[in-house]
Amino acid sequence: MINWIEIVVQGVLLGGLYALFAAGLSLIFGVMRLVNLAHGDLIVFGAYVILILVALLGLHPFAAAAVAAPLMFALGWMLQRFVLNRTLGEDILPPLLVTFGLSIALQNALLEGFSADSRRINAGALETASLALGPMSVGVMPLLTFASAIAAIFLLNQLFYRTELGRAFRAVSDDAATASLMGVKPERVFAAAAGISMIVVTLAALYLGMRANFDPTIGPARLVYAFEAVIIGGLGSFWGTLLGGVIIGVAQTVGAAVNPEWQILAGHIAFLIVLALRPRGLLPRVEQ
Amino acid sequence: MTHRVETGTPLSRRFAFATCGLLLVAIVLPAFVGRSVIQDLFFILTMLALAQWWNLLAGFGGMVSVGQQAFVGIGAYAMFAAVILFGADPVPALLIAGIAALVLAIPTGFFVFRLQGAYFAIGTWVIAEVARLSVAQWKQLGGGTGTSLPRAATKDIWGVDVVKHLFDVKTSAARDILSYWLALLLAVLTIAAIYALLRSRRGLALTAIRDNAEAAMAVGINAKAIKWSVYLSAAFGTGLIGGLIYMQKARISPDAAFSVLDWTAYVIFIVVIGGIGTLEGPIVGVLLFFVLQSLLADYGSGYLMALGVIGIVVMLFAPRGVWGLFSERFGVQLFPVGRRLVFIDTEKEEKNHG
Repeated sequence: MINWIEIVVQGVLLGGLYALFAAGLSLIFGVMRLVNLAHGDLIVFGAYVILILVALLGLHPFAAAAVAAPLMFALGWMLQRFVLNRTLGEDILPPLLVTFGLSIALQNALLEGFSADSRRINAGALETASLALGPMSVGVMPLLTFASAIAAIFLLNQLFYRTELGRAFRAVSDDAATASLMGVKPERVFAAAAGISMIVVTLAALYLGMRANFDPTIGPARLVYAFEAVIIGGLGSFWGTLLGGVIIGVAQTVGAAVNPEWQILAGHIAFLIVLALRPRGLLPRVEQ
Repeated sequence: MTHRVETGTPLSRRFAFATCGLLLVAIVLPAFVGRSVIQDLFFILTMLALAQWWNLLAGFGGMVSVGQQAFVGIGAYAMFAAVILFGADPVPALLIAGIAALVLAIPTGFFVFRLQGAYFAIGTWVIAEVARLSVAQWKQLGGGTGTSLPRAATKDIWGVDVVKHLFDVKTSAARDILSYWLALLLAVLTIAAIYALLRSRRGLALTAIRDNAEAAMAVGINAKAIKWSVYLSAAFGTGLIGGLIYMQKARISPDAAFSVLDWTAYVIFIVVIGGIGTLEGPIVGVLLFFVLQSLLADYGSGYLMALGVIGIVVMLFAPRGVWGLFSERFGVQLFPVGRRLVFIDTEKEEKNHG
């Protein structure tokens, strides 16, 4: 019995990581209805940026992530301003195909630069530290991941509903043409949203890199988990995204406990079940 | 003065005539060229057929799938299962490949049609992943490592003996020639079927839905039924081609048969650089892709990076692809689907008849 509780707790904490993968995707979709198929590859790219900063400057991973975050913000801002904004419109083909091309290009650029060897961001003693919670012991790293996910989602919600920028986000999301009549420049708002989403991506990349090995090819699978979390939670709901991540995480750890080969499959099946029963997700906000 | 509505043009009729000649050459070609040329042509024809089906879905139907590898993989595995588990001959088993993909498409359509627009795309990807992971559990077909077609089955495939005697070649070369003919047949049938669909009322309805779903439904189009029928036909066609590709390869593994790069990314690249939403686009695209592949494939990840960048640049600056640029410049259409009003001078007609 205690064993199963432990498995579920592990799953919930793993869900925090998936929620971090998903939060950036959720923000971008909420603001500009854009689905970035390169999202997973951008997370992996972020992990390599942190890895380089750790190696070159000898920084602690958290400090390296703090240095990487503004760089990633700038990258996201420019990507949106100069490339993706050109693809937005009635037709959904251009943004999908451009971000798909970006995914392939980025993945192979990383393979070219870093080879297919798997890497890891060294976090020292933190990697193996654990806390005793009653009869169970829980890793500090998974706990930190989960806490970061809650913090990120709390801050995104505050940003979205409590700030001027957030009001602009909601305005362009509802009706970009009308918002631009009120003096909001949608292209700039979109670029800001993409930049902020890349800060969340940096945080996701930090934990991705510290918790396990990564290599240039794992991006698309992270995109799929992130997407599943967003859909399960309901489009446009940040707390829903966290819930979605937790459901995928628990399904995966429970699946893996039954048969190690079923881990990933169990997550996908949980997603399909929710999609069949509640096609608009568990906590929907956006009207379709 | 009376009038009639036409889709054909004088040029397109001449092109149709030339195509028939080209097809005759293609059929007798194995007598004149070596095995490697036949293998290259097999690759081109199968990629062309896959690209046409994806183009029908995305370019004409507005359903952007990045999970067509699900149908290639399931078709290929169904063909292997029919041969290995039930001793079927690979050629008729191709039909089972198509049917298996169709059967898979029914429940998956139920899921992916719940997702709108861009989310449809990733939904199809999840389905393909589920299919890959499930097939990897199928121990009788080698699980995660895959399996080969038994020698006994590949040796006497229907028609291979005839080809062997006809061209005086070894069994393996004869199998390639047979596969090539089947690929030619499938590519021609695919293009003919899609062209016929697009010229029909249903085709008009399909593009109307893509351009404006609400307006299309307002004039009485059953959008759901048409989207379903296109999704299912594309699954059937893609599964059939998947079966054929793996009949020629004779060796299968889940990672290869459900590869998003081989069966979806390349296919999207072909359609995008050639020209999305036209029948000519994939034909031009597959030829360009083949040239790039032959020149640059040795560079591995650098080559793929270049493909990604080329795809982005084309989508940003020439969203209708190479064929779109050409067609706009010269007003040429080889597979016209638009309707034109043609006025007929009745007096002249009468004079001609009189």
